[in-house]
Amino acid sequence: MPRTWTVTAPVALGMLLLGGCGTIPKDALVLSPDSLERRQLQTRRIDGIGEKDLLNAAAGVLQDLGFNIDESETKLGVIVASKDRSAVTATQVAGAVAMALLGAYMPVDKTQKIRVSLVTRPFVGSDGSVRPDSQYLRITIQRIVRNTADQVTRIESIEEPLIYQEFFEKLSKSVFLEVQQI
Amino acid sequence: MNSPARDFVVACCLIAIAGCAPSTKAVMETSQSAVALRSFQQRAFDTTDREKTLRTVIATLQDLSFVVDKADLDLGTISATKLSGYLLRITVTVRPRGTTQMLVRANAQYMDKSVEDPKPYQDFFVALEKSMFLTAHEVD
Repeated sequence: MPRTWTVTAPVALGMLLLGGCGTIPKDALVLSPDSLERRQLQTRRIDGIGEKDLLNAAAGVLQDLGFNIDESETKLGVIVASKDRSAVTATQVAGAVAMALLGAYMPVDKTQKIRVSLVTRPFVGSDGSVRPDSQYLRITIQRIVRNTADQVTRIESIEEPLIYQEFFEKLSKSVFLEVQQI
Repeated sequence: MNSPARDFVVACCLIAIAGCAPSTKAVMETSQSAVALRSFQQRAFDTTDREKTLRTVIATLQDLSFVVDKADLDLGTISATKLSGYLLRITVTVRPRGTTQMLVRANAQYMDKSVEDPKPYQDFFVALEKSMFLTAHEVD
């Protein structure tokens, strides 16, 4: 399909140029108006457990979800984990098949690397004292998706509320088990 | 391939090579003096609590949609990545300055370029100030 190639090659090169020589977006390090909302979505206060025990329970949940731990610094309450998974979706494949019938090649999303950082910090009461058995836990998730042509197609933070809700449900079960020493 | 299209591809390749030439020169490359870089990449805060400062840096980075890559209390460093249609990487170091202050320094790279514009760093320190409940002092 030489015709397709003449279109895609310059476009791909153009994207490379944009990616390689662009400048940082103006708002990249500015607190956005929705940052508070995102913080609430990604954070829970968990009572009745010390910070180290909470990190243990949280690492267990990450393992339950198939993540591998990349880094940890328990003295700062940090765990970093990632997993590589398929990014194939039925809709995209159907679209690609339709295009193939018309004689055109359309790459579809193939793999994704999902990264998570999980951070705990002790709750500080209104009197300014640290409560050793009460913690905040915030998790942030992002992913990079590559297609069948090994090009990056998505590079994004994951912000679906349901994903965070599900994580915290699993975490509260894991915390329960940790506290009960089961 | 027809010839205008081929010319276009060749032109693109030439621009790509000339514009962002890969070279070992990049290892020691910097567009500004160390003094100029430090003037906007670092601020001092009136606290002696290194751990709390590091934890606040992490919280601020999470507010800015970063995912932490590495954290080290003993070395006083945090590295994090933001993915938002682009890739932005930042390293923040926290170390004592004199006996009453902590010095916070950030350096960032956007895609494959070092961020050497003062504005994004000012934005970062504005966000950090809010979380620290302390003023970020400029240092010489």
